[in-house]
Amino acid sequence: MALLDATDVTGGYGGADILCGLNLTLSRDEVVVIVGPNGAGKSTFMKAVFGLVNVRAGSIVYDGRDITNNKPEDIVARGICYVPQERNVFPSMSVQENLEMGAFIRKDDWRPQMEKIYELFPRLAERKKQPVGQMSGGERQMVAMGRALMLEPKLLLLDEPTAGLSPKFIDETFRQVKRVNALGVGILMVEQNAKQALAIADRGYVFSSGQNRFEDTGRGMLANKEIAEMFLGG
Amino acid sequence: MEVLQLVVYGIVTGSIVALGAIGVSLVFSILRFAHFAHGDVMTVGAYGALVGVTLIGVTPMVAIPVAILFAVVAVLVAEFCLYRPLRSSHPVILLISSFGYALILRSAIQLVAGPAPQVFKSGIQIPYRFGEIVIRPDHFWIVGGTILIIVALHLFLSRSKFGKAMRAMSDNMDLARISGIPAYRMILITWVIAAALAAVAGVFLGMDTRLHPVMGWRLLLPVFAAAILGGIGRPYGAIAGGFIIGISMELSTMVIDPGYKHAVAFALLVLMLIIRPTGLFRGTSL
Ligand SMILES: Nc1ncnc2c1ncn2[C@@H]1O[C@H](COP(=O)(O)OP(=O)(O)OP(=O)(O)O)[C@@H](O)[C@H]1O
Ligand SMILES: [Mg+2]
Repeated sequence: MALLDATDVTGGYGGADILCGLNLTLSRDEVVVIVGPNGAGKSTFMKAVFGLVNVRAGSIVYDGRDITNNKPEDIVARGICYVPQERNVFPSMSVQENLEMGAFIRKDDWRPQMEKIYELFPRLAERKKQPVGQMSGGERQMVAMGRALMLEPKLLLLDEPTAGLSPKFIDETFRQVKRVNALGVGILMVEQNAKQALAIADRGYVFSSGQNRFEDTGRGMLANKEIAEMFLGG
Repeated sequence: MEVLQLVVYGIVTGSIVALGAIGVSLVFSILRFAHFAHGDVMTVGAYGALVGVTLIGVTPMVAIPVAILFAVVAVLVAEFCLYRPLRSSHPVILLISSFGYALILRSAIQLVAGPAPQVFKSGIQIPYRFGEIVIRPDHFWIVGGTILIIVALHLFLSRSKFGKAMRAMSDNMDLARISGIPAYRMILITWVIAAALAAVAGVFLGMDTRLHPVMGWRLLLPVFAAAILGGIGRPYGAIAGGFIIGISMELSTMVIDPGYKHAVAFALLVLMLIIRPTGLFRGTSL
């Protein structure tokens, strides 16, 4: 059974529809990558899954339950965490405090999970008390992902986690995504570094103008000449 | 020696201004609007304490819980009847509505308590003498109480779960929501804390001088100057701003007429906006 099943999702920010009947599924433990041109509605789709954009028609089913237009607070409680494309950390707060905020709704002891995250991102363990605003782009991205992982989500939404990072950090980020996935977390990721992302993806989707254009396995998409030329930068 | 004496008065005034400014800053950082009724919430607190002092016969310090109760009720009424329904509109609308609420509070106090100044207790206090400096016992209570409150606030913001969540909301409202932080509960907590601090400031102001219906309104300018000086939305900056404003205001009386004290706060504010518009500490942007 699919962990996430989005059918004919239609909606936007109040004006014209940005999403025009999008479909996407994600099985447990899968890494699914969305690629597509700027303004295609990739970020908007993620926001729609997370209840931040009004869905006018269609449905989003998560773990067998309809979560269409649920409030973000309720969606978090169900085990979906979201790392937005921009402004995804609390800059004046320390690394440790950022992670704590990720665990805000947890009633149980989250310390073991924090230790796991520090193991996953040793760089953060060295900088626990440092304000995140003073850190590099790559480190911030780790904090952002770490915050989202504090809830031990079953599904993690990552919006362009490698945007603006140096090649070294890009490789590291994809390795970490893979490692998080190995812990049993389903990952839905929007990426501009399409080739590298598809290389670690189980499946990929191409969105453009708010519609599905293409879908295949990650490998299949990389092998497809036409798709590569049009959407993956040759 | 006169300078030292004025610095003592400045620290007392600064304590009161700082308590008001912390509230203004907290409200701005979470609700993103300048709360013009804050001065009059201070007045409500002062008169609330007067009710306690008159009815139960306790000292103003002991009556502080009554003051806090009055101020919190005043602010929550505004939140439910005014600010919440208007929240989705432009911040300027909220600002103007808080200005209107300030007028309502002031008139209500004047209606109930009368326009004449009142005191918590009559008679003079025997001041302590330290060389040539004199300090009234009330001044010890004011400064000591303020220090205690600042320490408590610091512990709340740096150690407690809800305090950290307040900082998170001030840092990045959207991400706080995405993390599941209950925004509305945090807004209510912010109001309660800001109102409580304003109430204490009002009681202290009443202890330092007298109570009258415009006491808080008159202090609003220094309070806003302190909040902006410290970088609006930064509670720690507001504390620094409060003491800077308080001490400058008192020291200025050496060279200018004390009636113009508040103009000094205004001048500092303008100066700050010219030299460093973000305040001493970088403030929250809208
Ligand atoms: N908050 C908003 N309000 C109104 N329109 C918006 C908003 N955010 C995005 N849009 C519009 O929605 C469309 C899709 O934007 P979206 O951010 O989803 O694209 P994207 O595929 O993520 O692009 P990119 O690769 O640049 O991140 C764009 O036309 C954009 O102008
Ligand atoms: Mg985007």
